[in-house]
Amino acid sequence: MVEDTPALEARDLRKVYRRGSEEIVAVDGISLRVARGEFISFIGPSGSGKSTLINLLGCLDNATSGSLRVGGEEVLRGGRGLSEAALTRIRRRVFGYVFQRFYLVPTLTLYENIVMPFAFFRKPGAAADPMPIIRFLGLEKRLRHRPGELSGGEMQRVAIARALVNKPEILLADEPTGNLDSRHGEEIGDIFKTLNEKEGMTVLLVTHNPRMAARARRTITLLDGRMA
Amino acid sequence: MKKLSLYQIAAKNLLRKRTRSVLTVVGIGLSAWVLASLLGFNRGYDAALKKDIDNMGFQVLLTAKGCPYEAATLMLKGGTGLRYMSESVIDDILLQREVDSVTPMLMQAVFDPDRGDSGAIDAYLGIDPATFPGMKSFLKFKQGGWFTDPAARVAVLGYEAAELEQREVGDKMLIPDKNIELTVVGILERSGTQDDGTIFVPIRMLQKEFGQQGKLTAVGIKVDRKADTAALENRLYDLPDVQVVSMAQVKNTIMSLVATAKVMVLSIAVIAILIAMVGVINTILMSVFERFQEIGIMKSMGAMPKDVFRMIWTETIILCLLGGALGLALAFGLAQVTDLLIRRLLPYTPTGRLILIDVPLMVTTFAVVLGIGLVSGMYPAWRAARVRPLESIRSEGD
Repeated sequence: MVEDTPALEARDLRKVYRRGSEEIVAVDGISLRVARGEFISFIGPSGSGKSTLINLLGCLDNATSGSLRVGGEEVLRGGRGLSEAALTRIRRRVFGYVFQRFYLVPTLTLYENIVMPFAFFRKPGAAADPMPIIRFLGLEKRLRHRPGELSGGEMQRVAIARALVNKPEILLADEPTGNLDSRHGEEIGDIFKTLNEKEGMTVLLVTHNPRMAARARRTITLLDGRMA
Repeated sequence: MKKLSLYQIAAKNLLRKRTRSVLTVVGIGLSAWVLASLLGFNRGYDAALKKDIDNMGFQVLLTAKGCPYEAATLMLKGGTGLRYMSESVIDDILLQREVDSVTPMLMQAVFDPDRGDSGAIDAYLGIDPATFPGMKSFLKFKQGGWFTDPAARVAVLGYEAAELEQREVGDKMLIPDKNIELTVVGILERSGTQDDGTIFVPIRMLQKEFGQQGKLTAVGIKVDRKADTAALENRLYDLPDVQVVSMAQVKNTIMSLVATAKVMVLSIAVIAILIAMVGVINTILMSVFERFQEIGIMKSMGAMPKDVFRMIWTETIILCLLGGALGLALAFGLAQVTDLLIRRLLPYTPTGRLILIDVPLMVTTFAVVLGIGLVSGMYPAWRAARVRPLESIRSEGD
């Protein structure tokens, strides 16, 4: 019953950082079920644990305690996580990431930046030709340009294309419009909405922007590492 | 669809800080240059020395005890100190089974007051036209040829002797003090050996005119190729009042003189390689530190530690191979300059090319440089492979 299996299922996730003798609880016992095809936005003030939570859900970090299942596969149980290599295999298969900063390689062209994930891994079922994705994001006329020649909105669209080429099941976006003006921010918001509605892609979005958050079907507010 | 490989990413990463990459390549190139030149020198010097000794035409030289056997030594002694042995020694030598052929020689030195500001010594080497030219078959003539009459008043001039005397074939020249007029019948091309400064004359004529009938200063002995030269030398030592000069010994003596210089150059090469290695490690490590976040993002895209390791290692190897190519180009292009420098530094250098760069040497240099790349790249690659994706995005804000 794959359809019934949630995309993500977290129970009592807790993440504690130590700074000297001080303990900082970034995520404090969050339980969450994300169904396939959901679009969830996480909002909350700075330091509320939004990014930490999305990193844990996206297998970029291991929680201190709790359990996490990704597509039914156990990633974390009782605070004991998988090895970095095992997490990488899950990340390859399931997730696409978009961050506030674009992290494009300045010496590669726009096209090369987009297809860079294929240099490491090509997921079975990934698009044989990335051009439909490139066209969808309106980048087809700038393929030979380098990141330094693009606007912030274009660079973020390149980063989105790069996250999409391996056809992820879940797209994680952490403040993707934080470095963009409102017009480009709106464009990026529309792209996520389209990906979710037309492609059925599960989208988890961290944002400070209420207009962006409003595009999601569900909004989760975090405060001091807990769901408010 | 145009593909992008890990190796292309690595190569393009090096373009990011071009000046730094170029300087690193230059550093490796200089090390590779020193290394290739050193290895080329080792080969070239040995080969040139062997050729010089082979060009002497004989493997063993027998001289009267205490007699200088080089024209240069004779000059240093002011043309005095010549010792003689009887021609009959040739019969004793020919009895030895290892001997292929012999050639008798008589050297005479005459002070020429008209040469230079205060005069100089002219050295005349009396040779047997029947045997000497055969042993010195590598000597080529610029003009004329060898004389055939062992008693004629003729001369063949070495290249430098002819330049100094300003002589052409057919010219007459006088042996100072003796008032003997010689006709120049041949002028040799430059050979790069002491033959260049020698005046060759028929041995019988020289013996007669200098009152040294039946006497010799040296006998060149060509040894049979398959014979044991050392055994022959041991038996020749038993002959009375002669000294044996083995060309193998001469070679060994020269090689031991040069060994110190070789060790010095080798030390410089090792230091240069170590400096290059540190330079490579520094360059790649800085590049890794600068790209920590980017590497983290690559890992979030699915790059395994081994992929990142391979990418960074490839960058190092590309730098080293470019440096190796530059070093070999420098070694090739500046071989003559290096040759000149070495000739100034060493007490004795043979006449051929001192720097011999061939395919095996190129392969060896590349292998060493590649080894530098493999070793130098390990630590930065390992550091990069350990980068966790979260490190790149932790600063994203919460």
